[in-house]
Amino acid sequence: MTTADYERNQVLANAEDYKVVGTRPVRHDGADKVTGRALYGADFDAAGLLHGKILRSPHAHAKIISIDTSQAESLEGVKAVVTHLDFPESDKDIVGTGDEATKLVWLRDNIMASTKVLYKGHAIAGVAAVNPHIAEQAVDLIHVEYEVLSPVLTTQEAMAEGASLLHDSLTTEELGYDTGKVSNTAEHIQHVKGDVAKGFEQADHIFEREFNTKTVHQGYIEPHNGTALWSPDGRLHVWCSTQGSFVVRDSLADLLNIPASKVRVTPMEIGGGFGGKIPVYVEPVAALLSQKTGNPVKIVMSRKDTFEGSGPTPGSNLKIKIGVTEDGTITAAQAWMAMEAGAYPGSPVGAAAQCVFAAYDIENTLIDGYDVVVNKPKTQAYRAPGAPNAAFGTEQVVDEIAEYLKMDKIDLRLKNAAKEGTRRADGPVFKRIGCEEVLEAMRDHPHYQSPLPEGQGRGVAIGFWFNIALDSACNIAINSDGSINLTEGSTDIGGSRTSIAMQAAEVLGIPVEDVRPSVVDTDTIGFTAVTGGSRTTYATGWAAYKAAEDVKKQIIARVADVIWGIDASDIKMEDGIITSKTDSELRMTFKEFASQMGDTGGGISGQASVKPEEGIGGSFCGNIVDLKVDPETGKTSISRFTCVQDAGKAIHPDYVEGQMQGGSVQGIGWALNEEYFMSEDGNMDNSSLLDYRMPTALDLPMIDTVIVEVHNPGHPFGVRGVGEANIVPPLAAIANAISDATGIRMTDMPMNSGAIVASDS
Amino acid sequence: MAVVFIPSLMQNIVDGRDKLSVEGSNVRQIIDNIDESYPGFKDRLVENNRIRPNIAVAIDGEITPLGLIQKVPNESEVHFLPAISGG
Repeated sequence: MTTADYERNQVLANAEDYKVVGTRPVRHDGADKVTGRALYGADFDAAGLLHGKILRSPHAHAKIISIDTSQAESLEGVKAVVTHLDFPESDKDIVGTGDEATKLVWLRDNIMASTKVLYKGHAIAGVAAVNPHIAEQAVDLIHVEYEVLSPVLTTQEAMAEGASLLHDSLTTEELGYDTGKVSNTAEHIQHVKGDVAKGFEQADHIFEREFNTKTVHQGYIEPHNGTALWSPDGRLHVWCSTQGSFVVRDSLADLLNIPASKVRVTPMEIGGGFGGKIPVYVEPVAALLSQKTGNPVKIVMSRKDTFEGSGPTPGSNLKIKIGVTEDGTITAAQAWMAMEAGAYPGSPVGAAAQCVFAAYDIENTLIDGYDVVVNKPKTQAYRAPGAPNAAFGTEQVVDEIAEYLKMDKIDLRLKNAAKEGTRRADGPVFKRIGCEEVLEAMRDHPHYQSPLPEGQGRGVAIGFWFNIALDSACNIAINSDGSINLTEGSTDIGGSRTSIAMQAAEVLGIPVEDVRPSVVDTDTIGFTAVTGGSRTTYATGWAAYKAAEDVKKQIIARVADVIWGIDASDIKMEDGIITSKTDSELRMTFKEFASQMGDTGGGISGQASVKPEEGIGGSFCGNIVDLKVDPETGKTSISRFTCVQDAGKAIHPDYVEGQMQGGSVQGIGWALNEEYFMSEDGNMDNSSLLDYRMPTALDLPMIDTVIVEVHNPGHPFGVRGVGEANIVPPLAAIANAISDATGIRMTDMPMNSGAIVASDS
Repeated sequence: MAVVFIPSLMQNIVDGRDKLSVEGSNVRQIIDNIDESYPGFKDRLVENNRIRPNIAVAIDGEITPLGLIQKVPNESEVHFLPAISGG
């Protein structure tokens, strides 16, 4: 146990004075979660429920010559078998998959391979049986004949001349231009600002390094699952664990070629997602099996399935070059980044390219990014996708510059920090951002001001994530007891029910305990995009704000017209009290109004659908980390870790701190231990949680937090999303601390004991 | 007029220029007007009468969800960027 003589979780609050926003109430779903009553997808049961299992490829790269399901189909207890042939044809080419788009054929082939398998674990067939054991037996009775091909497992292998090709017709695109060159490189992107050659000429010193990161998984505890019931009336109902019920609805409609109105998706509670639970995997297979059998069919992935058959975040290869003058002014920066897309195009290299130098105001920059297919599972989003990889490179080179120039590491960053008005390397100009405020809070923190314990190293780093907005909807209905029912479509991963409810409560001036928030199915609420991109508290919170304003307006109109008979402009409603501006005798609480509502014209409900177009407000996050490295074993032990992040306005500081600590811990695991350990033939050799080593509470110190509040003018309460930026700096901060402790500059991840010892030899 | 920043990979279409001042009250008009002077510009950004799914449009630094119908105030900056997603 450690103690501290300072507040370990600080909020550097902005000036706004709120009654509910900024407080720390108990979460509405807390009792269900801690008593085990909350229902997750695997808990789902129904009369006649069948159990599904999926046959997965043993090869990383192979042509499928034939699939024989006859033996499996004849096994007693087996009710249906499906393959790619059971998916209907569709005229659609491009389909949405949440907050991005892809070709329908790639989405479908990733769910069930047709002509080739492109990674070990690639799904080939699905079986439904009366119990999971018979389904497993049946899977073993499906015979697939393969022509095995050599796999490519890294961007370096995939981009090499003469590399084995995953897709015969994949050509490299450059912003809408098809180069016509068949290769494993799906896309090349580029950002140019100023004249990078001239910028390097102006530099007194140039620093350049190459970095490599490995494929890692989001590591959510709950595996993917889905239950489908395709009714005889043509309606499909799916219960599943997802970050976006409407994404599941629309993906199923596209994949199964049926109208979206025929699909209803009920989101169950979710045991983590971090971006990995945006796409569909088992849901379409369960739907097809249900269509064939007429029964509900449930499929639950194993941990091995989840590692091998869902979407990790990419390994990458980066080259970072930065030029600087003697006084520490960065004059030019260049990045070359190749990122693994996995089996089908769509790595996060675009985001990485936009984030790689986002923390700095640099006049001359050149950024090239390459989206490269490899024989691994199709990568998916993972907290600030691409940005941690990019920061791992940039922040180490910046650190090296500070060491060389003998400058304080935060002072160097502050000297070059991006601010309002800075033109980013990808072109647009930053609006109000908190990069400087985060760096200043790091510099002033007791951690940074404290002497470094003997034998330890200290590292710092900063990172950025844009955040997104997209669509959100919210409905509010007043109950006669003065409470409100709030329904929303954002699945609750990190306590968003409460942070959304708090924003409605603030508008109506009622306690948040009087709000009953519910996450409802796709038939019950307006279109709501994914819980991802750090958008939920921002965008769904905005919808709750507007729905509450709608309710408030109706209350004032009712009181004016029916109850008091005065003009609505003479009435105000503040802190849950309705009063006349001119007659102090006219006063009514929200609860008193609610009790009269039924007799004065009936119930009142409000609703809002929003798609914020401006003011999303990106977030910066910085880390200070102290650690020691055992000189004999290379084992790294983190002794102190501080996370500082700009939240705009922390609606519920506990949840913001939870996001900051969670992102930090995932970053620590990514930095020190986690990787898809691949054999040469493309097998993941560590596809269990015993061998894929994520940090536990015993491995970590308490993560200290500082919430910086730089008001976002684009949100009614000034919110900036906080779900992602916190995973960006830990990788580099830890590398910088290892360098400080040992003198070894770790350029490849993970920076585990073996790698540190090997680098020292 | 809006100032359109031309992505480096498309500057070969517009005689190597990195910026263009263009008339137009929405993104569609701006792209059409550039395409009139520099044929091929529109094809790179628009597919099936929509902005290509892997491309995002930013007006004065804000990514717009409205695509071609997004209004563009006078003297705004217009950028075409890779679309990004979050986790």
